[in-house]
Amino acid sequence: MEEMKDVILEYVIEEYLEDEDEEITYDTPLISGGIVDSFSMVSLKRFLEAKYKISIPDEKASPEAFDSVNKITELVKEFVG
Amino acid sequence: MGYSDKVRSMYQEQLKGIHDAGIFKQERFIHSSQAADIEVEYPTGSSLKKVINMCANNYLGLSSHPEVVKAAHEGLDSRGYGMSSVRFICGTQDIHNELEKKVTEFLGTEDTILFPSCMDANAGVFEAILTDEDVMISDRLVHASIIDGIRLCGAMHDTFKHSNMDHLEKKLILHADKRLKVVITDGVFSMDGDTAKLDEMVALCDKYDAMLFVDDSHSTGFIGKTGRGTHEHCGVFGKIDIITTTFGKALGGASGGCVSGRKELVEMCRQKARPYLFSNTIAPVVVSGVLKVLDILSQSTERRDKLEANTEYWRKGLTEAGFVLQPGDTPIVPVMLFNAKLSQDFSKDLYDEGIYAIGFFFPVVPNGKARIRTQISAGHEIHHLDKALAAFIKVGKKYDILGKSKQEIIEMYGL
Repeated sequence: MEEMKDVILEYVIEEYLEDEDEEITYDTPLISGGIVDSFSMVSLKRFLEAKYKISIPDEKASPEAFDSVNKITELVKEFVG
Repeated sequence: MGYSDKVRSMYQEQLKGIHDAGIFKQERFIHSSQAADIEVEYPTGSSLKKVINMCANNYLGLSSHPEVVKAAHEGLDSRGYGMSSVRFICGTQDIHNELEKKVTEFLGTEDTILFPSCMDANAGVFEAILTDEDVMISDRLVHASIIDGIRLCGAMHDTFKHSNMDHLEKKLILHADKRLKVVITDGVFSMDGDTAKLDEMVALCDKYDAMLFVDDSHSTGFIGKTGRGTHEHCGVFGKIDIITTTFGKALGGASGGCVSGRKELVEMCRQKARPYLFSNTIAPVVVSGVLKVLDILSQSTERRDKLEANTEYWRKGLTEAGFVLQPGDTPIVPVMLFNAKLSQDFSKDLYDEGIYAIGFFFPVVPNGKARIRTQISAGHEIHHLDKALAAFIKVGKKYDILGKSKQEIIEMYGL
């Protein structure tokens, strides 16, 4: 599943980082770290749903579950099966 | 008793945390009318100090203008003090209707509805016109009041990178399946003083069948050749679907705001917007003052022209002195210091020199982007700006930042 992690990391970098110097890892706190505000999560959710052909219920798409690339990957795996 | 010692100490701890983090907000008491020259009691209990105000939203210098004050007096005499009712019961006077018509004409829209404040306008508008079948796509730096309005609305919400039109276009494509799409932006952004690319946004909204919402609170009255706002400046006058703006800044600075735009959207606000339905509207005395302000601005562009000249003079002076400024051409001129403590120390030293300008730092602005936000007014004369510039240079020398780049200042003081 390394590939999924990298796809998500790449999307997060492209979508949310403003400064080219900023660097993030698989474990960087995204929402609690102020990189992704909870409002902006919607595009990430829609991206994951389209990319992996899944549907993530709103109650599962919590700020905690979206707080790092590793956590997001775990969440997506649940639904990809 | 619900408010026990335990509850009290919990709040005391929270307040101490705000204090300890250095972000406790303290009011400074002004003992004079709002103007370029003010008398301030700060710290509380100290004797009054005469200072030059460089941080008011009094862009056109109309907050204490004699004609506006006179009109407000006349309004007070002829229409009384308060309405003691919300608009749709018995809280609407002829002058409320007159003001709505005049604002519509001034902004070049189809209709207008007044709100107690622009904060209320932004809080009420989205919920009144959108449902969960729709999407709101907002610039990531829009004002806090818009964020609150978005939170109160059941429609989906997404964001685009600040002023990044490629990113906005991607979002419009991503949400193409939604019933209605509304793109949301400030006209002039309050912290950086930069202007939204409304011409490009109108084109994108046309292409992808979206509506455009603009909060023009930091523009109405002075941006554009005749001061109509950012839409005039960008050549898209009459093409914005929803404009919200305030009477609490350039337009006399008292209070009140409005939603102005497509007549059906305004009517939806009249039927459904909660801050309109459940709160009194603007007091008659303020309505009378704003009517006079619009008269003054419709007769002459003298005040916005002076503001433009003052802004150019101030920006040129600071640039030549070697400060790092946020680029732009609006009367919001942020002097970048990057480090939070430096912004507070700098502001305090300016105050000692008789200049009132506030330092802003995280969370009001992004971490590492602390600044002194200066705001220019048509009420400033050149001697005010010269004195303020001399003080900035003196304090700038003290901290050895003149002529230094962003990187050099960060190396000296950290982020």
